[in-house]
Amino acid sequence: MSDTSKSHGLHLGLICVLALAYFVLPAYHSGNLASVMVIAIYAMGYNLLFGYTGLLSLGHALFFSAGLYGLGLMMHLADWTPLPAFAAGLIAALVVSAVIGFLILRTTGVAFMIVTLMFAQAGYLTILYFGKYTRGDEGFALQQASRQIAGYDLTDPGVRYYCALVLFSVTLLGLAYIIRAPFGRTLVAIRENEERARMLGYNVTAIKLKAVIVSGVVSGASGATYALLFGYAGATFATVQYSIFPLLWVLVGGAGTTVGPFVGALFMFYLIDYASGKTEAYLLVVGVTLVLVTLFLPHGIVGTIRTRFLRWLP
Amino acid sequence: MEFGPHLLLASLEGATTAAVLALTAMGLSIVFGVMRVVNVAHGEFYMVGAVLAWFIATSVGAHPALGFVAALLIAPLLVGFLAAGVDRLILRHINYDPERTIVATIGTLYILQQTTLMTFGPDARPVEPPFNSRIALPWFEWGENGFEFYFPWGLSTTSYKLFVIAAAVVILITLWLAITRTKAGLVMRATQQDSDMAQAFGIPVKTVYSAVFGLGAGLAAIGAVLVVPIQQAYYLMGHDPLLLSFIVVIIGGLGSLPGTIIAAILIGMADGIISVFFTPTLAKIFATLVVAMVLVFRPKGLLGKSTS
Repeated sequence: MSDTSKSHGLHLGLICVLALAYFVLPAYHSGNLASVMVIAIYAMGYNLLFGYTGLLSLGHALFFSAGLYGLGLMMHLADWTPLPAFAAGLIAALVVSAVIGFLILRTTGVAFMIVTLMFAQAGYLTILYFGKYTRGDEGFALQQASRQIAGYDLTDPGVRYYCALVLFSVTLLGLAYIIRAPFGRTLVAIRENEERARMLGYNVTAIKLKAVIVSGVVSGASGATYALLFGYAGATFATVQYSIFPLLWVLVGGAGTTVGPFVGALFMFYLIDYASGKTEAYLLVVGVTLVLVTLFLPHGIVGTIRTRFLRWLP
Repeated sequence: MEFGPHLLLASLEGATTAAVLALTAMGLSIVFGVMRVVNVAHGEFYMVGAVLAWFIATSVGAHPALGFVAALLIAPLLVGFLAAGVDRLILRHINYDPERTIVATIGTLYILQQTTLMTFGPDARPVEPPFNSRIALPWFEWGENGFEFYFPWGLSTTSYKLFVIAAAVVILITLWLAITRTKAGLVMRATQQDSDMAQAFGIPVKTVYSAVFGLGAGLAAIGAVLVVPIQQAYYLMGHDPLLLSFIVVIIGGLGSLPGTIIAAILIGMADGIISVFFTPTLAKIFATLVVAMVLVFRPKGLLGKSTS
């Protein structure tokens, strides 16, 4: 089998396993898995920029919450139905990532991280400032009656699970396609040696801007899906912590791998879930994991499997 | 209160903020200048300093002044050793790679913050100031009866706040003398200019890095001990100083120490004045966006040298 068909097999196999898992797992775990698939979309969006393009952003919560509030506010205040509201979420993420991307790409290295952090902080404060509409930290719930698509009730666990799975699969296969396409190859070239890519005639800044926008829209799609499926939008999702989470998931799972973000999100979800049952200070595991991964597992779980055993892993 | 006295009051509040901010930001700036890494856990070292000050002050238990002096001497030292330990155990092993350092210090941030939550608890606790007499301030005006001065209601400061400003000035001057006039300062500057060459001349660069990282965290802790009688020790108090120190270091020009001082005075005063006259959220949005734009369009900071 060629490496390409092996990676097709891996992606389709993962999707099949997830599709069957709903019948096997108890309700509690299938509910968790639905959340993990939604946050894995966020992680995959982040991975395109961090893992493949080599740009470490500390402000992706801005894009996530652009999607979250794009959908949430339209359904909450304007009584839109889910599908147009979802489109509104994507457009919000597109606009925000295009404007922010245009500005942040003027900086590099450490300045890039700090600038992304600051724009995200400004976004969070803006959500608090318009607390009249966004209800600030407290947030607002979306009514069950409005969360229906073509007769399907998105609050039903089964519908919610398969809705999350569909969007997860579209993102996984879509990003796997992008990464193999010339565009994705160029991103890796920029990550490896930006000067050389520029010398070969690529317009590096324009390509990086495209990567920021794709990454931002995918993150926004995750935010919109989250608001739609779980019926809640709040300013907590715009805090620094939600910019650090995708970094954590991608680092743990393996930056620059297609399934790493899902693996990292799954692992951290259950680790945090376990720790929060034990102690109030459950974020301690986030800190310890970040330090341990930087020290001992710089390629993450999937990345280490790739370097040690399976060279073909996408 | 009328506008004039109100502005004076705001400037005094701003000067206290600026004094503490100058110490904290100086720590971040020295670490960035010498080691070329961004310490995201800087705010947590500040917080640990404040929490330790509370522990020391309560366990001494005698006259508040005695507990405070003990805290001011011991807490920064402990924080400095803690930071040097973090450097030795973590940063040294990832070779001060800028991006991995940021991720590792984010991890350290959570570890320090959550450990404090587990031991110190979620409550905010005060430290009694060593002295705290209220000083009413006069205001001069050219009124109907010629030149007159009076004490407007509410226009006052405390002796402790004035002490904070004086202490910060003394510490910063001492630091400047230490960097420019002592052997240790010379070694530090040599490492900053060219660490490879310094190593070749027998300077133990790794030890210097640990010491500098500890010094930076210790400065943040001094700022925190000074502030803890005014604000309270709280496990989430590291967030704002981190963001403000970032802003100061960036505006002042990354790695420029005089720039850091000027920017700290500017930002501290502006923060004090803006938060008296405007809603704090809008002021923060504005300040954050301005700083982000400075970094985008003048990456070397306002006072930094341009590359061309």
